[in-house]
Amino acid sequence: MEQLIKEKIKQVKKGDQAAYSDIVGFYQNKIYQHCYRMLGNAHEAEDMAQEAFIRAYVNIDSFDDRRKFSTWLYRIATNLSIDRIRKRKPDYFLDAEVKGTDGLDMYSQISTEDRSPVEEVENLELKRYIHNEISQLPPKYRSIIILRYLEEFSLQEISDILDIPLGTVKTRIHRGREALRKRLRHV
Amino acid sequence: METHNKMIELMHRHLDGDLKKEEEVILRTHLEECVSCQHHFHDLKRTISLLKSVETIEAPINFTENVMAKLGAEKKHFKYKRWFKTHPLITAAAIFFIFMLSGAFVQFEGQSELVVSKQENLIVKGDTVIVPEGVTVEGDLLVKNGNLIIDGTVDGNVTIVNGELIDDDPLEGEGLMASVGEINGELNTVNKMFEWLWFQAKSLFKGVFSF
Repeated sequence: MEQLIKEKIKQVKKGDQAAYSDIVGFYQNKIYQHCYRMLGNAHEAEDMAQEAFIRAYVNIDSFDDRRKFSTWLYRIATNLSIDRIRKRKPDYFLDAEVKGTDGLDMYSQISTEDRSPVEEVENLELKRYIHNEISQLPPKYRSIIILRYLEEFSLQEISDILDIPLGTVKTRIHRGREALRKRLRHV
Repeated sequence: METHNKMIELMHRHLDGDLKKEEEVILRTHLEECVSCQHHFHDLKRTISLLKSVETIEAPINFTENVMAKLGAEKKHFKYKRWFKTHPLITAAAIFFIFMLSGAFVQFEGQSELVVSKQENLIVKGDTVIVPEGVTVEGDLLVKNGNLIIDGTVDGNVTIVNGELIDDDPLEGEGLMASVGEINGELNTVNKMFEWLWFQAKSLFKGVFSF
């Protein structure tokens, strides 16, 4: 797969725009999901995920072929999401507290296995609660926790994506885990 | 309390897979006898498994199409930007050329006062430059925004920009016609923008090649 993506990127660099739609198609779920988890709502997630793909396309010439494209793409998406969180107006947080409504957008998209209706509801409640607790973390801890446990990157990969030293990743993941332990202890 | 904090540090390093064997033993022995640390460790592990249980989310339908449509809409802008990025030399040359042309244009349009190259014995009357009778002017003569009357001799090329060579002064009558001055070189009269540019380019190339 990695090889195929590399080929596509070569084509895009030569000016073949159509080849880029294959790249977007391949990464769209991962990047959208990452933005969703960073931002906590569907609207902003779609905006930022689209913006990430557009930025990657515009700056494709500055992408170093020897590196992993996904790492680069995740970095763009993470930075855009963190920027967006910082730029939010204070009143936005009041909206964000009411998770019940726009949360439906997201949970309706979650793939579900067969469970009894009661279990289903409890399960949804729990997942919503966990998501909410993650989104309460400061962005720099949030991005690392999401990359490590929800998207299962190694610590080294996270260090590459965020372009911060491995030691800093470890310190932040310790603090992030402690913060979440306190929040999720009573679940 | 201090041992407790040290054990928590070990727990996190265990979770990152960074623990040495002897540290692993220290942690395990401590956990066997400390209930509070047991709870802490259990909570951490449980937090992680809760995090991992969060399910996957898919991108909205038409996501790729929307991205590609946005790229299409701004395609031209990107194209130019990328073209300039990949051809820095041509871009630099083009910018240089634009500056040069506009410089020449400003020179042509901007100056309306009379300019004469520095030579002795020239008489300036209003916007007319006169080379008096019996006088020989050494070197090339340049007149901008004015007319030129040559009654004497010019030992070199003559260039007139935005003006013309008057070789006949009607007030003086026929008698003087015979004594119309001499130019021992080329005569150039430049009046139009295009010619002016051509003249500029020519003198630029001459300048370059004379090096």
